[in-house]
Amino acid sequence: MSDVVLETRGLTKHFKIRKGAVRAVDGVDIQLRRGETLGVVGESGCGKTTLAKLLVGLEKPTAGEIRVRGEDMVRLGGPALRRARRNIQMVLQDPYTSLNPRMTVGDIIGEPYDIHPDAVPRTGKARAVQELLDIVGLNPDHINRYPHQFSGGQRQRIGIARALALRPEIIVCDEPVSALDVSIQAQVINLLEGLQRELGLAYVFIAHDLSVVRHISDRVAVMYLGKIVETGNHAAIYEQPTHPYTQALLSAVPVPDPRLRGRRDHITLEGDVPSPADPPSGCRFRTRCWKAQPACADHEPLLEIRQRSPHPSACHYAEVRDVMRRF
Amino acid sequence: MTDITAQVDVLPGLDPRAPLLHVEDLNVEFRTRDGVARAVNGVNLWLNPGETLAVLGESGCGKSVTAQAIMGILDTPPAHVTGGRVLYRGVDLLQLPESERRKVRANRIAMIFQDALSALNPVYTVGFQLGELFRVHRGTSRREAKRRAAELLDQVRIPDARRRVDDYPHEFSGGMRQRVMIAMALALDPEVLIADEPTTALDVTVQAQIMNLLAELQRERNMGLMLITHDMGVVADVADRIAVMYAGKVVEEAPVYDIYAHPAHAYTKALLESIPRLDLKGRPLNVIRGLPPALTDIPSGCAFHPRCAYAREICRLEPPPAYQIAPQRVTSCHFVREVLGV
Repeated sequence: MSDVVLETRGLTKHFKIRKGAVRAVDGVDIQLRRGETLGVVGESGCGKTTLAKLLVGLEKPTAGEIRVRGEDMVRLGGPALRRARRNIQMVLQDPYTSLNPRMTVGDIIGEPYDIHPDAVPRTGKARAVQELLDIVGLNPDHINRYPHQFSGGQRQRIGIARALALRPEIIVCDEPVSALDVSIQAQVINLLEGLQRELGLAYVFIAHDLSVVRHISDRVAVMYLGKIVETGNHAAIYEQPTHPYTQALLSAVPVPDPRLRGRRDHITLEGDVPSPADPPSGCRFRTRCWKAQPACADHEPLLEIRQRSPHPSACHYAEVRDVMRRF
Repeated sequence: MTDITAQVDVLPGLDPRAPLLHVEDLNVEFRTRDGVARAVNGVNLWLNPGETLAVLGESGCGKSVTAQAIMGILDTPPAHVTGGRVLYRGVDLLQLPESERRKVRANRIAMIFQDALSALNPVYTVGFQLGELFRVHRGTSRREAKRRAAELLDQVRIPDARRRVDDYPHEFSGGMRQRVMIAMALALDPEVLIADEPTTALDVTVQAQIMNLLAELQRERNMGLMLITHDMGVVADVADRIAVMYAGKVVEEAPVYDIYAHPAHAYTKALLESIPRLDLKGRPLNVIRGLPPALTDIPSGCAFHPRCAYAREICRLEPPPAYQIAPQRVTSCHFVREVLGV
């Protein structure tokens, strides 16, 4: 398929610790097509940020492949790697700490051009930066201002402009709106969607806010302890989840409608997520799962289409349960 | 062993029949080098026993400062309470000397915070920190204080409480730490609990556990709960009444069902419309244009007018009065009829 812009196979990252390793990302396969948004959801410690860092080359994988337009970034080096990296950029969560306070906005957005001098458009760097400011809805005349002169939402726009500088096809967004107020979140989400339509961008959109992910994603992958446990298009995941963890996660989301109080299907999980340094044997979710059987400890369920799951689900007992009814 | 819980200090002027908590025209300002930031500008709130009041608003709206003023834990300077009353059972807490206010904190009104890790002392065990409440406020012995600390940890459903009482905060997970905070707040059996974004730092499945726990404990003790939050989902799940704040004022106050079905203030309405909903998928979200105002430079008239879709000349000139539009429903919007669509 030619329209696949990003693909990972068996992507794995283990962080060595004194005893063994933290298995942050443990065999993740994703595919992203041109102009598509893949939402990645999961709770803290599930490995979603490590996945983001692997994708843009901020971490080196322990094993696996990251193919951008068919080329395995893991095996590339030197000029070829530099060139390939241009195509996949990142927007970070915290617009307050991800912009250098001592650099002007022009220098921040233009920095990618310093690293990739051959990518500077013919019109010149300053001109290109001003165009980027305009694209993200900021005043091009503010090119010499500093980050502290902007609000949180505007700073996130600066971060987006920086990610756009090298004209990538893929942008990895790691919690791009979670630091923002509700009224500002909507502005940034609309901007991201507009840019996608105009520029044909593909997004890997990592977030813990499930309603934001549903709004923006074409497909969704649910992560738990370093693995994808369920994946499918947004309707499959939100309306017909088959993995117990997805079901629990969705049922725990507070819904802004008091009429549904006490009428929703609430699944309250016991306990905390186990340590990724010592994940449970077999199915990693079994220690918190109400459906767990002895077999779950022995056999690791694969992420695959099953008799009762029309989309890939990593549960031996996968079965549709509509926890979002009337939502 | 004698029952020491009877030693609760008596407040002069306390009237058990007076309303539990009533905040009247509260004003707080921060005097900074860059000018005076008017964080709270005439807030009115009330809270009944057994009731959950959600104080909803975005960053900088004054919701946390209001809570801190009620608790008496504002940093002065730069913060100064410049007017109003905070009545607890008829006693104006703002008029009490610090020595008396200390007795109110934790005993009568307790508070939990968003970030449990920084609210706990990392170099003492949680048992010691919990026990401190009994030792300082009740004069309990160390051994007895520790026994009670374990009992409390058990009440907030921390497994294996007798052993965990000797653990340090960093040995607990985020959700468990928030349980420790709740245990600490409830130790002396307060009548009012103020929870400032108690689940914002937690994952959704843990958030659900903590909100359930809070609701249960509140029911058991018939406590008044003031929940400070920006999350309209959490509010819809647990609140009885809502006070929406903007630029240091309560702009709308209503029972929870009414406000979601028929918001009566342009800001509330715009806020509700900006949440992603299923039927909006594939379409742009409604946005509130512009930014919340700087508290050093609050717009004239209705503070929301520069961002409001309903705004007209009068909104810039005159602050809207508080209209009582139904029992328990108050809104400060000049065009309440248009917003309601009646």
